[in-house]
Amino acid sequence: MGTNGKVIRKSDLGFWEKIYIPEILRGMRLTISQMFKPKFTIQYPEQKFTPPASFRGRPVLVEENGVERCVACGLCSRVCPALAIEVQASETELDKERYPIKFEINMLRCIFCGFCEEVCPEEAIVMSKEYELVFSSQQEAIFGKDKLLMSTEKLKDRLEFLRNHR
Amino acid sequence: MDLIEAFFKIVIVIGALITGAAVMVFLERKISAYIQNRIGPNRVGPRGWLQPIVDVVKLVMKEDIVPKSANRFIHDLAPILSISIALCTFAVIPFGNTIELFGRTVKLMIADVNIGMLYILALTSVGVYGITLAGWSSNSKYSLLGGLRSSAQLISYELSMGLSIIGVIMVAGTLRLDQVVVHQTRYLWGWLPAWNIFLQPVGFITFMVASFAETNRLPFDLPEAEPELVGGYHTEYSGMKFGLFFLSEYANMITSSALITTLFLGGWSIPFAENLALSPLTMSLLQVGSFVVKVFVVLMFYIVVRWTIPRFRYDQLMNLGWKVMLPLAIANILLTGGLLLALN
Repeated sequence: MGTNGKVIRKSDLGFWEKIYIPEILRGMRLTISQMFKPKFTIQYPEQKFTPPASFRGRPVLVEENGVERCVACGLCSRVCPALAIEVQASETELDKERYPIKFEINMLRCIFCGFCEEVCPEEAIVMSKEYELVFSSQQEAIFGKDKLLMSTEKLKDRLEFLRNHR
Repeated sequence: MDLIEAFFKIVIVIGALITGAAVMVFLERKISAYIQNRIGPNRVGPRGWLQPIVDVVKLVMKEDIVPKSANRFIHDLAPILSISIALCTFAVIPFGNTIELFGRTVKLMIADVNIGMLYILALTSVGVYGITLAGWSSNSKYSLLGGLRSSAQLISYELSMGLSIIGVIMVAGTLRLDQVVVHQTRYLWGWLPAWNIFLQPVGFITFMVASFAETNRLPFDLPEAEPELVGGYHTEYSGMKFGLFFLSEYANMITSSALITTLFLGGWSIPFAENLALSPLTMSLLQVGSFVVKVFVVLMFYIVVRWTIPRFRYDQLMNLGWKVMLPLAIANILLTGGLLLALN
């Protein structure tokens, strides 16, 4: 602390530092003063952690005006290091012409790296703030489009964060 | 009648010790949590106060696993040895003066032994066996290394512990612990209580350090250094047998703080309380209370030290024991002897 990278050798310690006891008392003063500081504990099930915008929770598909932004280019499934994403494309009458008829993320494989979000050209898949993921079977852990779609209002923080930091 | 009296004293002291050990486990967890800016156990009972009971219930219900190649008899014997010695040491510690109950004058210590200090030194030496045998009988390298370390450590620090007690014996002129306490009820220059901490400051420090080492507490907890030895001597223990080691560690802590209180902090004596003219019964109860408070303060010191200082390396431990503590204790004896000669 405050030595500017200089190495402290034993011979650099003074007499009072060498006999330990005053230094031990100083250390104890520090620990005792810590006892009266505010606590960081969050009483989890009752009280929940609200993540900041930079938090990488479970990946979701952005839903705008009732449809997903995704154009099923398949980049996310291509970049996914854990091979968790499966996309099947199909044609649509909308302007974007393509849409995913099937979009599945296996949440047991997902490592929350955020590569899919980074690579997405349409800003269609982003990391949400949700971190409570519980399944009772392996089948249940495969999230389809029904579970993945999330409206832009809910993702406002994250979308804003991405715009400011990319 | 004497037997009944002794029996009641034993029941009360053992009950207090085991309850005290359980409360200490809880307090340790709570205080460590507060030092690390956490809350600590708070789910069981009001503010978590029932946690020790739940802990013990859990330990009792757990399966008792004995390793296949372990020496079963000694494996069972080691924790029993540990806990019984931890509890036995308390027998000679006076936790109060005399008290008048049902027309009898009861001395507030279990065994009024005339060589109380030797008894304590002897028992703490036997205490090594519990740990060493546990380490050896488990037939695991981690346990064995833990047991080896603890025997080496205890033997090294026993010397400075014994030598620092000699200073107290020289000042008090007796081996009886109750006489040592009575000796400390006097005053120096009429205002300073003649506690041995003021008469023997160096002896106090060496004894304190040695008792930290004897109870295997941080900064001297090498026998169970987790990063190196998994769990040390109790790696292969589970269920209540592990619980007994745990309990005996805390019982040892209480005993050694009681010893520090008796030898250096005036035991049950309350300075200047004799000027208040209280009834004998109130006075006796207050003295027991003062003993408990002093022990509690020393125990808090133990806990705060544990969460402040990092562990010694093995060679540093031996250096401190043989090259610093032992010469200091011997110098203290010489100085005390010289001063006593000069003053008388």
